[in-house]
Amino acid sequence: MSMQIKPILAALRQHKAGTVLIALQIALTLAIVCNALFIIRQRVAHLSEPTGIDEANLLVVANQWAGHWSPAQVDAQILADLAALRQLPSVRDASPSDGYPLSGGNWDNFVMRTPEQLKPTTDASVYMGDEHMLDTLGVKLIAGRNFNASEIMQMASRQVVIPPVVIVTKALADHVYPDGSALGKPIYSMTTTPSVIIGIVERLQRQNVSNWSKPYAYESLLWPIREDTDGLYYIVRSKPGQLADAMREVPKALYAQSRMRVFDPKNGGSFAQIRQRAYDSDRGMAILMGIISVVLLAITAAGIVGLTSFWVGQRRKQIGVRRALGATRSDILHYFLTENLLISVGGVLAGTVLAVGINLWMVTRFEMSRLSMGYVGAGVIVLLLLGQGAVLGPALRASRVSPVEATRST
Amino acid sequence: MELFAYYLELAFRSLKRSPGLTALMVLAVGFGVSACMTTWSVFRAASGDPIPWKSSQLFVPQMDIWSSSARSGDGEPPDALTYTDALALMRDHRALRQSAIYEIAPAVFPARAGQHPLTLGGYAVYAEFFPMLDLPFLYGQGWSAAEDAAAAPVVVISRALNDKAFGGANSVGRSLDIAGHDYRVVGVIDDWNPQPAYYDVFGTGGYTREGPALFVPFTRAIAGDLENGRTACDAEPSSPGFAGLQRSECVWITFLAELDTPARVRAYRQYLDDYAAMQRRAGRFLGAPNNRLRDLPAFLAAEQVVPGDTRVSFLVAVGLLVVCLFNTVGLLLAKFLRRSGEIGVRRALGAGRGAIYAQFLTEAAIVGLAGGALGLLLTGLGVLGIGAVLQPRLAALATLDVRLLVTTVVVAVLCTVLAGLYPSFRAARVQPAWQLKSD
Repeated sequence: MSMQIKPILAALRQHKAGTVLIALQIALTLAIVCNALFIIRQRVAHLSEPTGIDEANLLVVANQWAGHWSPAQVDAQILADLAALRQLPSVRDASPSDGYPLSGGNWDNFVMRTPEQLKPTTDASVYMGDEHMLDTLGVKLIAGRNFNASEIMQMASRQVVIPPVVIVTKALADHVYPDGSALGKPIYSMTTTPSVIIGIVERLQRQNVSNWSKPYAYESLLWPIREDTDGLYYIVRSKPGQLADAMREVPKALYAQSRMRVFDPKNGGSFAQIRQRAYDSDRGMAILMGIISVVLLAITAAGIVGLTSFWVGQRRKQIGVRRALGATRSDILHYFLTENLLISVGGVLAGTVLAVGINLWMVTRFEMSRLSMGYVGAGVIVLLLLGQGAVLGPALRASRVSPVEATRST
Repeated sequence: MELFAYYLELAFRSLKRSPGLTALMVLAVGFGVSACMTTWSVFRAASGDPIPWKSSQLFVPQMDIWSSSARSGDGEPPDALTYTDALALMRDHRALRQSAIYEIAPAVFPARAGQHPLTLGGYAVYAEFFPMLDLPFLYGQGWSAAEDAAAAPVVVISRALNDKAFGGANSVGRSLDIAGHDYRVVGVIDDWNPQPAYYDVFGTGGYTREGPALFVPFTRAIAGDLENGRTACDAEPSSPGFAGLQRSECVWITFLAELDTPARVRAYRQYLDDYAAMQRRAGRFLGAPNNRLRDLPAFLAAEQVVPGDTRVSFLVAVGLLVVCLFNTVGLLLAKFLRRSGEIGVRRALGAGRGAIYAQFLTEAAIVGLAGGALGLLLTGLGVLGIGAVLQPRLAALATLDVRLLVTTVVVAVLCTVLAGLYPSFRAARVQPAWQLKSD
């Protein structure tokens, strides 16, 4: 094969423009596809992050009170609602809350380790619920204890309530107390009143999973509070496999308690719907990048087929001469495969530089992370294979050129 | 003209001779152009100026009440105001027109019997909000400054709410139960949902699917305890309730000021600095005044309202188009040079280089036109289907209009002719004598 490289290079010099065009196409395709694949991988990783809760059996009702209710009325109604919900045959447990994972909303508080520090230690997503919250969400308590009923406090609208006890996620505990000693220690959440950590749960995703909250991933805290404001969420965990029944029964049961309420249809729903909504832009971006990559690869392959076919047609006579002089079919086949490989290698070399360049530019402009070289490597292999695959058809046709062609005049 | 017809005929004949190559070029141009146009339509809509006739005269004041430079790192003051500061700005009234704005979501009880209460999104604003932002009134008008001062229970409702609550009739003078109180309808606005929702970037994050359903006087909303949407705090308020929020250093109110001359803008900037200095002497603000007074386009850019995704997808689509064009250059080159013999004969018979250029560029333009037609079809499908892949709120902004369709065809033809330039140049260089000899 090495014998053939020299004459190939000489022949390529005869059609520089076509060679350069194919190489450029391969370079650009590699650069774009690498970055697109990288974006896809990042988005897919983001949307597959676990929430730590029993998603398959959860539903959320966004409940708003209609009309003017006093906090006492609201509290009584919430207690009645919860009692009714927990008695439903399809329901395992229910809890009131101010939010739910992936809601997109963002009740989050700065958290400090000491009351006097000026710069917060971190930022935590704030969940409020009662002693049923842990069981409702299905999160795993890995240290300490759950709230007990006597610790649940009431909070009217805009009232500032700092509970003396708090349950935190492991991520938050480890951030504030890196030595692992968080249990029993205080944290300060935008106040000088301490909340003592009584329990640590393994994992609970934040309400907001957008870019800005990335540095605080999985840092959440739970407060033993029932919120008596103009609205709240009911988080309901169905018995295994009975989610559909629960989704039917829950609104009916709530309306039976009182009709003076509004359910927001665009908020809440089954957790599958919530997950779908939370990540729709990530999923969409991945699909879009996928479509563009496939079209790009197809166009580039088609371009290679087109140009190589032209070259084969142009050189039928030379091929015939070579065949007449004793070159075998496989020699001709190898000639075109090698020619394409040479062009492709030039293309992928340029493309690698371009891919890294584009990524570096995107890092500065769009908060992207650095492209790992694995993607470039994969892209290089895909494009070399694509080139060889595309050239195979025309090359086979060339190898079938009969030696008689040498004697033809055109 | 006759010559052009001749070139057209030549072009069609040549394109028919190699249908595979022709189809490939048309597909490449069609896909490339439609990918660009579809993503561009979203990008254009998302980054558009929501109020182009006035945006350079609308300003958003920001004040660094928390000395947040130390905290957030970028030195940007919060993008909303405290109640204290919003009221002070309203009271001093240094702008031509101005309004403090906050989001409300009260339960509304439609007058017609048997209807469920509805939770509707709206805004608490001042009287000047309506003329300042040129809201389109269907019936009636906004309220007066006197009604602001009196905290009057009046309301301006959207066309959609008017349809729902009053069956679309002129409801001016009728009353509407909002959060348990009667409000008198003074105006009905036509559909109004500018994107980005520049009047409340703080609360909406930039894009909204539906426009506000109602507007009530700011003073009335405060008096009637209509609570706000989003709040951002540096520390927990020291006293409870909505009243506590009003006394706190939390920000939750957006503010728009209309400043029509550079002199007014300068004066307003000075006023903000003086105000911040005064607050500092009173012990409220820390550090030197760190204010912003950006016009609307600058504010939207600073808030990074346009999601990076729309830009990245547009850029990737442009990359796709570029590859498609390189592809077309290569295929046209192959196609044109395959006809070296024919070119040689034409040249020998006296056709000038210009004639060869004209012939081959015509051929390229026809490919472009066909690609454009395919591109139109694919762009149409793309705009309809983009909702499946981009955020629905954003995708809903993308619309098929005449401008987009015309641009699609023009871009397709221009790009293909551009791609045809080098192959035509090569074709025009074919030597007449050499071709005749060698064959």
